[in-house]
Formats: sequence, structure tokens, C-alpha cells
Amino acid sequence: MSAPGLTAHRLGPASQVPVGEGRGFSVEGRQIAVFRLRDSSLRALDATCPHAGGPLADGQLDARKVVCPLHMRAYSFADGSCPEGPGVAVHPVREEAGELVVEL
Amino acid sequence: MAAKEQLVVVGNGMAGARAVEEILARGGAERFAITMFGDEPYGNYNRIMLSHVLAGDESDDIYLNPLDWYRDNDITLHAGVRVVRVDRFARKVFSDDGQVLPYDRLIIATGSRTFFPPMDGMWVDDRTLTPGVFGFRTLDDTTAMLDYAQDHSSAVVIGGGLLGLEAAYGLRKHGLDVHVVQGGAVLMSQQLDEEAGAILRRILEDEVGITVHTGQRPAAIRSTGSVAGVVLKDGSAIDADMVVVTAGIRPNVGLGVVSGLTVERAIVVDDQMRSVDDPDIFVVGECCQHRGEVYGLVAPLWEQAAVLADVLTGADPKAAYHGSRNATKLKVAGVDVAQMGLKRPEKEDDEFVRFSEPRRGVYKSVVIREGRLVGATLVGETDKVAFLTQSFDRGLPLPEERVELLFSLAGPSEAEGAAEMDDSVQVCNCNGVTKGDLCGAVAGGCGSVAEVMAATRAGKGCGSCKSLVAQIVEWAGGSSAPDESASWYVPAIPLDKPTLIEAIRARGLRSVSSVFAALAPDGEDAGSKMALSSLLTVIWAGEYVDERDARYINDRVHANIQRDGTFSVVPRMSGGVTTAAELRRIADTADRFEIPMIKVTGGQRIDLLGVRKEDLPAVWESLDMPSGYAYGKSMRTVKTCVGTDFCRYGLGDSTQLGIDIEERYKGLESPAKLKLAVAGCPRNCSEALVKDIGIVAVGDDRWDVLVGGAAGASVRQGDVLATVDGRDEALRLTGVFMQYYRENGRWLERTYDFVPRVGVDELRALLVEDRDGIVAGLEERMQAAVDAYRDPWLEGREPATEGQFHDSLPLIPLPQVPIRDGSSSPAGVAR
Repeated sequence: MSAPGLTAHRLGPASQVPVGEGRGFSVEGRQIAVFRLRDSSLRALDATCPHAGGPLADGQLDARKVVCPLHMRAYSFADGSCPEGPGVAVHPVREEAGELVVEL
Repeated sequence: MAAKEQLVVVGNGMAGARAVEEILARGGAERFAITMFGDEPYGNYNRIMLSHVLAGDESDDIYLNPLDWYRDNDITLHAGVRVVRVDRFARKVFSDDGQVLPYDRLIIATGSRTFFPPMDGMWVDDRTLTPGVFGFRTLDDTTAMLDYAQDHSSAVVIGGGLLGLEAAYGLRKHGLDVHVVQGGAVLMSQQLDEEAGAILRRILEDEVGITVHTGQRPAAIRSTGSVAGVVLKDGSAIDADMVVVTAGIRPNVGLGVVSGLTVERAIVVDDQMRSVDDPDIFVVGECCQHRGEVYGLVAPLWEQAAVLADVLTGADPKAAYHGSRNATKLKVAGVDVAQMGLKRPEKEDDEFVRFSEPRRGVYKSVVIREGRLVGATLVGETDKVAFLTQSFDRGLPLPEERVELLFSLAGPSEAEGAAEMDDSVQVCNCNGVTKGDLCGAVAGGCGSVAEVMAATRAGKGCGSCKSLVAQIVEWAGGSSAPDESASWYVPAIPLDKPTLIEAIRARGLRSVSSVFAALAPDGEDAGSKMALSSLLTVIWAGEYVDERDARYINDRVHANIQRDGTFSVVPRMSGGVTTAAELRRIADTADRFEIPMIKVTGGQRIDLLGVRKEDLPAVWESLDMPSGYAYGKSMRTVKTCVGTDFCRYGLGDSTQLGIDIEERYKGLESPAKLKLAVAGCPRNCSEALVKDIGIVAVGDDRWDVLVGGAAGASVRQGDVLATVDGRDEALRLTGVFMQYYRENGRWLERTYDFVPRVGVDELRALLVEDRDGIVAGLEERMQAAVDAYRDPWLEGREPATEGQFHDSLPLIPLPQVPIRDGSSSPAGVAR
């Protein structure tokens, strides 16, 4: 089941993304970062910080945001916004039968 | 302009100084030249705080007005000088150091002294107490007790009133075996009835560990040159090597007597606080008697001082003191107690509502007469005190459900109480601060509770009003000001570092997520994780529960992230000394992994730049060298010069000392990075003068240890912490300073900010002279940290989490880091 206009992509075992961390994936030529919050739920954002290209998957996160490791810009999981500059896209992501599924 | 009138104040205690403050507040400095006499050789201090000093509580400065205050206000202070006589007709005062001083107006504020009941063994001669016998009235009494308590083990406190219980509590906290002997049946009988007294007694006996003897009177003090015990009237005896006498106070009225003023129990004053015999002599505080009452608590004194100042300065010549209602709120021996008016009903129609829960140490009662509150007693739980005080002071109508006076069922809670309180209600009894004063401070620009407390001194006495102060400040629009959060260690937890450490230790919080759960009001915060993970490592060393997500990426993969998302790899090369074999492995590794740039660092090491994350474990394995921690907020490197082996000038083996320091303290987490250096002579080729810690050989195996130097964004020469004998001592002191910095530095506060903030004199006192006895603990915790060290590059062989070294690239075509061609061409070649 995907939202209209979106396609589901399987990214392999859900265990790839440990609790509290993020991992980068390449999906149809786009870089997507998938995060697992401490409550085990998943989030997905574009993987690249629009500011200076930092890898968001390497950032530190909490329930609301991820912080880019290069210059500490924060991106909201809710809408991808950043208080200090341009935001990033948010993507639907879920775990299905032990696999990560992201929709683009 | 006429010359100023001479105002002489006899007594520099809380009453005298408060009267002067009130006079200054009314523009008195324009009109009066002020001279103060105090027979204690200090500025003015808060006597209420003596119990904190005795108990060894960390608390604010005890001084209300330091000596600067007198100078700043042009007050001549004769401290340690006693006025012995007043000639009212010549209008002169005579002091015991032979001064004769004319006055136009005189204030007598001589206070009280300890009453020593007549008893065998109390005195050696007319003036000297038996060694081991103490009053509890002055700072000197308190420090003498503290000294004596250090090498004695048991004490009898004679008198179970407020002061006696404070003394007992304080001595008990120093580990003494403490007995309180109380003549009556009830402790604190001035404030408490039998039931409340019994509850207090139970807390003191069961929780504090004090032995209480009621209905007992001491007959004699047994002495063998110093105190050996106390014999009671029933013939029994208590062995003890110390006696504290708190059996009451007596007003100091000798000056009034010899000067011909009317003295009954104290010097008699009218409603304007003037002696009834002489309109130019004012009397204030515990040495005055007003309408038959002599007050021994602090609150009435504030009202008296205000009236005195109104009259004396002419600000309000009609001001009148009508006596104080007997209300008090305090903390005795760690227990909150509030009492006002009657303890028990006195008339048949009086209503008496009581709640008692001895097991929890809670007692509450109110006495109501004709619908008005005429008495209240609270022990253990004083949340209703603001509301009760108001009702008591103003005779407000009371809730029909009387129980609401005791519990916040429906009546105003403390918070609502803050809004409803009248401006004139006194919030801090210890320092006489009203709600209006607090609101005034907020309106005057104090943004935070701390600032308001500093400006008004509210909450700086017994501390029992602090939460109410905070609520009023918040209500008045001050609340959480930025200056307070500036002292927080991390933004998500409203605690400074020492308090946070204490909370973490007390609750045994060993992981970052448990710290968030227990202490962060809004839960997890990404921006606080790295600092907390560093702090927990410092606190728990090997017992830290490492959650990988709490780490910054550098600490997850043990390398320094670069602008293109690749990493730099710097192996440890202690003291900057390497071997041909290591260099060969570095070269081979660079070839094998196509390392784009190899660079010699400022810290005398070799940096391999542009390593892909997924290659990190293989690179480490290929290097077969330990991590140099060039990525962490941690001890990084120790630069050295060639010392004595080859150098013609070297005075000490700086190279080996540098290696030993780096090997011992390698990788230790700290608030910010630490860069060290050791120089073999004062030529400082290794730049030790501008390092976080720099060590310089000065000859004969003596070494200067400098701290707080910098040559980065800031340039600062280090301060000499000490010149030590022997290289091992330099190694040890380095560790002591590092551990103190690890425990006390703010997150990301480099030593060049930390050292000036604490002060190098203070650091020397703490770490070199061991003034506070903390060095052994620092050394022990440092040793634990050293023992817990494990080379993180071994992790590459078994990743800590799945995908730890998972590629986060390729990202967008990045601004490429220019690749240099390895020749010495200064331009390099950008690809």
C-alpha cells in the first residue's frame, strides 16, 4: 500500500538502522537517510544537508529532529524544516515483515 | 550647606546594620556622617546562617555587608571595638580603645548574648569558660566549635530550643554523638505544643540520630581540665567531651544601664523606637523592649528598623511600631517548621483543627477564634504557610471547610497564593523581604530567581522560602531568564554541572537515555547528547552504559568527519616520537587505500585525510597503531622537544615525560580538547607556554606546570600552577588538574576560559595545597578513568552496531577537497 503517486521501495533488513541512529540509502538515484528513534519508530529524510552537503544519516537525533554533523543545523522529522535555512523533504517509511520500506 | 550630623551606631549585628541600610535607603547619607562600632572584628553577617556554617552546608556567603559596603557608603566602621559608656549630656560615646566620639543621634543595637546558667564546672575563672564549653551566638563561637569538634567525639547540648537543635544537628553532621538536654517536656516549647514537639523529637532521634533527654536539668559540668561530661539533677551523668549552652539569651543592656537609660528586661523604647529617656537615642533589635515585649527572632527587627529609619531621617516622622505578631517560619535541623500565634486553644469557644502523621513527620494545627485565624503550627510540610500567614496577619475570612487551611484541597495552592498575596506580606523572614520587594526587583530588571535573590537576599537565610520566592518571581514576570540557563551544563536539563553530577550519582544514572528520562523536563534532546555522554564517561568511567546514539559521529567511528563526509585518521604517536617501521606502515596504508592527503599536524603526528567511512576499520588494522583521538573532546596529544638525549641545552628529559603523560592520560574525555606540551628548557621549543597544560623543565629535575594557555582562536600564556620537584610529581599534578577540569569545566569550555574563571590562585589552593582535601578523590577517579581505557580502534574488528561503518556517501557532488600532489609545490593541484 502506497500513498497515491508514490512508489514503495524495499531497502532490506530493518536491523540495518540501530536505535537512535541513521543510515544512508540510495533509492532511484536519490540519497535517503532513514532514522530509528529511541521509541523504535522510523523516519526518513533526504540524506544531504542543503547547507553544505553534510551527511544527515551521521547526525545525532531526538524525537523531533536530526542535527547535521558538520555545522549543527537541525531538521524537523515532522516537516523537514530547518530554523536556519532551507529544509529537506520528508518521506514515508515503515517496517514491513522485517524490511525497511520507504515511499518516494 | 550645614555640616552633616554625627550618627553613631553601637552594634554592627543584623539590627544595627539593617537600621543603617534603611537609613541609607531614605537618603540618610546626605544628612548624616555615620560611624559604627561592633565588638566582633568582622563586617556584618547573618547570624541565622551560623547553623549552616556549623552544619558545613554549602551556602552563600554568610556576610550581609562585607567591609567594602562600609567604605562604599562612607561609613566609618570600628570593628572589634566596644563602646563602654555614653555621656548623654555631653553627647559623647566612649569606647574601650580610648576613643571619645561626639554624636548628634545615637542608635543602640547591642543585641543579646548567650545566657550561661550558673553551674559547677562551667567556668575556669570569671571570664574563661572551661575548655570544651561553648555558646552558639557568634561566628567565633561557631568556628571554635567546628575546630573543637574535629578531634572530639561527643557533645551535650543544654537547651532544646531552636538554637540548641541547630547546634545538635550541626555537630551530628560532623559525626559527633550528640545529646540534647531539655528542662521541659517539649522541644522548641516556645513554638511547638506537645504533639508537634514529639513529632520533631521522633525525626531528630530516628532520622538524625540525636539522643534527646526531656524533663532533665543539668546540675554540673564534669571537668578534668576540659569537659568530661554533664551530671544531671537526678544524679545520672552523660559522658561527653564538649558542651554547648543554648539555654536562652540575655539582652545586652549594660550600656543602657551605665548610661542612665530606663532598663527593664531590655532598654525601654516608645513606638518611634526611641529610648523613653532621650529622644536622640534610638534602640533596635533584641536589646530593646517595646510595650513589654522583647523579641528574640529576626522578623520583628526588620519592622523596627524601618520605623526607626522613617523617624530618624524624617521620611515619615509619624511612623510607629506597634509590635510584631509572633510568626516564624524556619528550617530546624533539616525540618521545615512554621508557627504563628497560639499553639493551643485558650478559650472554650476556640476552634482547634489538627492533623498529625507521626510516621511521616508531619503535624499541622490551626486555632480559630470568632472566625479568624489566631494560631497555626506546621511541622514537616509548610506548603500552606503563605496563605496562613496572610489570614493570620490580616484576619481574612476563612474557608468554611476548615481542613482547607491545612491542605490544598480547594484553597489556594502555594502558586495561587503567590498571586493573591498582598505586597506587604513578608516572604523571607530571615532577611525581611516582602512580596513587594521581590516584585520591585523584577520590575527593576532582575530577570531570574537567582538575580532576585542576589538583589534582595530573599532565600539566603534558612532557605525555607526559596520555592515561594521562585513562584513570586515567576508570577511577577521574571521566570526562566537566559542567565540561568547559561549556567546549565546542557540545554535540556536545568542544572549546572556540579548539581547535575550530584543528581546523576545520587540516582545512579548510567546511560544518556536514563538521564533524559529522569532529569530533562522535555525529554531527549539531540543537542545535549554529546555533552552528556562525555560527562557520564567522566562520572562512571568503566561503568558507563554506552548508548551509541548518544555519541557524536566522530566518537561513533573514532575519526574526524571532514567537510566532504570523509574522515581523517590520526594514529597515536606519543610525544611525537615515531619509528621507521611505523612510518613504513603509514606509507603502505596510504598507498593501499589511496589516501588523498598525508599531512604532519600541529600536534607532532601524521594525519591521513580523506578516508571513506567504510574503509576505517581496514585502515586501522593496516596501520596497527592505536587511536590518537584527533576527533574527540578529549586529551589529544603531548608535544615534546628533544629534551636531554640530543639537545645541547636540555635541562630535563621532556621527551620521555611527554610520552609518559600521553600514554597515561590518552583519550580521556574532557569538556573540550586538551593539547599538552613538555619543554626541556625555558626556550620552549615545544610551545609549552601556550598549551592547555604545559610543562617546562627549569633544572635539577624541577618543572613548571602551566595551565590555561592557548595559541588558537585565543592566544594566552598559561598560568604557573606550581613548580614541582621531580617528573613524577609533574605527571601526577597534570592528572589532578585534568580530573578537576573534567569534573568542573563547562561543556566546550577550553582551559583558557576555565582557568581564569576559577582563578589560578583558587586552583593552586585546591589542587596544589589541597585546601579542601579533594586531591585524593581526584587522583582516585583519574586512576579509575585511566584503568577503563580501551583503544577504540580495536572496535573495527567487531563493529559496535550493525552498519557502524556503513557508507553515508556518495552524497551530492561535493565541493571537492583539493588533492595535493605530494610534491612540495605550494600550489598543489586541484582535481
